[in-house]
Amino acid sequence: MATDAPPPSKEERPLPSAEEFSEVQQSAEFAELRRSFRSFAFPLTIAFVAWYLLYVLLSNYAGGFMGTKLFGNINVAFVFGIAQFVTTFLIAWWYSRHAAAKLDPKAEAIKTRMEGGA
Amino acid sequence: MSPAQTVFAAELAANEASEHRPLIITLFSVFVVATLVITVWAGRQTKDAADFYAGGRSFSAFQNGLAVSGDYMSAASFLGIAGAIALFGYDGFLYSIGFLVAWLVALLLVAEPLRNSGRYTMGDVLAYRMRQRPVRTAAGTSTIVVSIFYLLAQMAGAGVLVSLLLGITSDAGKILIVALVGVLMIVYVTIGGMKGTTWVQMVKAVLLIGGTILITFLVLLKFDFNISDLLGKAADNSGAGAAFLEPGLQYGASGTTKLDFISLGIALVLGTAGLPHILIRFYTVPNAKAARKSVNWAIGIIGAFYLMTIALGFGAAALIGKDEIVASNPSGNTAAPLLALHVGGVDSAWGAILLATISAVAFATILAVVAGLTLASSSSFAHDIYANVIRKGQATEKEEMKAARWATVFIGIVSIALGALARDLNVAGLVALAFAVAASANLPTILYSLFWKRFTTQGALWSIYGGLIVAVGLVLFSPVVSGDPTAMFPDVDFAWFPLKNPGIISIPFGFLMGWLGTVLSKEEPDKAKYAELEVRSLTGTGAH
Repeated sequence: MATDAPPPSKEERPLPSAEEFSEVQQSAEFAELRRSFRSFAFPLTIAFVAWYLLYVLLSNYAGGFMGTKLFGNINVAFVFGIAQFVTTFLIAWWYSRHAAAKLDPKAEAIKTRMEGGA
Repeated sequence: MSPAQTVFAAELAANEASEHRPLIITLFSVFVVATLVITVWAGRQTKDAADFYAGGRSFSAFQNGLAVSGDYMSAASFLGIAGAIALFGYDGFLYSIGFLVAWLVALLLVAEPLRNSGRYTMGDVLAYRMRQRPVRTAAGTSTIVVSIFYLLAQMAGAGVLVSLLLGITSDAGKILIVALVGVLMIVYVTIGGMKGTTWVQMVKAVLLIGGTILITFLVLLKFDFNISDLLGKAADNSGAGAAFLEPGLQYGASGTTKLDFISLGIALVLGTAGLPHILIRFYTVPNAKAARKSVNWAIGIIGAFYLMTIALGFGAAALIGKDEIVASNPSGNTAAPLLALHVGGVDSAWGAILLATISAVAFATILAVVAGLTLASSSSFAHDIYANVIRKGQATEKEEMKAARWATVFIGIVSIALGALARDLNVAGLVALAFAVAASANLPTILYSLFWKRFTTQGALWSIYGGLIVAVGLVLFSPVVSGDPTAMFPDVDFAWFPLKNPGIISIPFGFLMGWLGTVLSKEEPDKAKYAELEVRSLTGTGAH
């Protein structure tokens, strides 16, 4: 059972010094990590919030359009709602793929070096 | 159905329930005993502060994903959303969508950096590069306020269930049940700590998902798995016709209500990533990668659950009908348990068993969420306020844990008292208020702290207190509290703020104050500390 595993937090490693942190923060390698995180996460956040707000606003001010029946009793509003679910699942999957491919290796490299040197 | 018949039907449901009271009580007792055993077992393994606050950081991503889902799918989700959809059709569905999309903010911006740079509480991250004492005091205050709003909603849900199930309509009876919930939650948290609470959440999540799948299946079976037929029948029986399936039934009445809809929508999507009881869950896994995976699990589980609220809500509208739902509870909070009775057959033993099962699941849901909320607020009190402000970081781990346990008892008593007051309020709406407060006070400060290097102590204080005061203040003067038949105090009217949800004003205000406080502050931001926070939050260097 997972709870029987030794907690990794118990042995307190000394933190690297303030100088080391500043040095790493200024390094090109860290700048690259920050860039690949921010240039992915920030625009994507703006995009899904905008997509969600579009849905909220259409619900409010475009009732006729949202009420248009597509097939049977399924209307545009219903499809729009389900689409929000689908995009949420897709974005979560997409971000995780990006993080595993582009962020984790860079983060891991910096962490290993800093903790090894501490 | 005529009004007389409707009242009769509601009474029938209540009688049906009370006839099977022993079954309901048995099922509920089984859950309580099982969770108490887990709690005692977890308590024996809780030795140091990392165990108590963070479950030893040894849960797997899947376990935590399940526990996060358990913490998140509260009485509001289960009882509130089903009721909102059953009464207002499509407008109720906004809750499901907003509650889910909100997880992307947590996934993309908050979960991993928080796990990497914090230790036990939200305050750890907020105060990281700031002056500790004022910022921790602020973080602790907003944690406790948000949690109490959320607790109120759960307690109100407990009261509603009790009157339906046990036929207890007297105030004394309801208060007794609220007190029982309070005592159980004190036991869970003081003895089991985060480890026990996490296991309780997992058990509850499995029960809730299982129960929801069962009811969804039975509803769909009645319509040969044709969603269009289900929606059509719901529209027919709602009394609203096709409008039931379109936006606007609840919020489309006027410009003000439309604004309220936007306000609610914003609060839902931005609130999750500022909820302290959700944030501390990310400390229970070994590292940021596991935190990310647990959010992904949670998105999958919660998403599936909210998709099923379509069947619950529209199913209730189709199979029970609006009149009976309203007769049972004016806010629709009992639609889900009533639906269980109807899909099983109103006069059959099967229907009664389903009603009992679903009600026990709803009770379990409330109990578990209440425990999670209490843990979040007592952790923040002990770690942020007691250890770092009152004792200035000089308290030992033992003293800190003792403070946390006492805080739990205290918060338990406070929430019993408040719960007794809030027992008749609308459940989903109350939770939306907690979301609005979290999005106004906590989210701006978290995002600025992590991503804006100029952010200062004054900025942090202004955004926490500014967001908090405006959000709570607007609620106080809103139709939720007075001047409306469904208000807390319906007989007085001091509601000059027309919206029921303050988000549209208070959330931008929180962000604005954080910015203003920073550009107006005389102190320089601590560059070295920001370097440390930024490197740690992105790489996990030195993570606890």
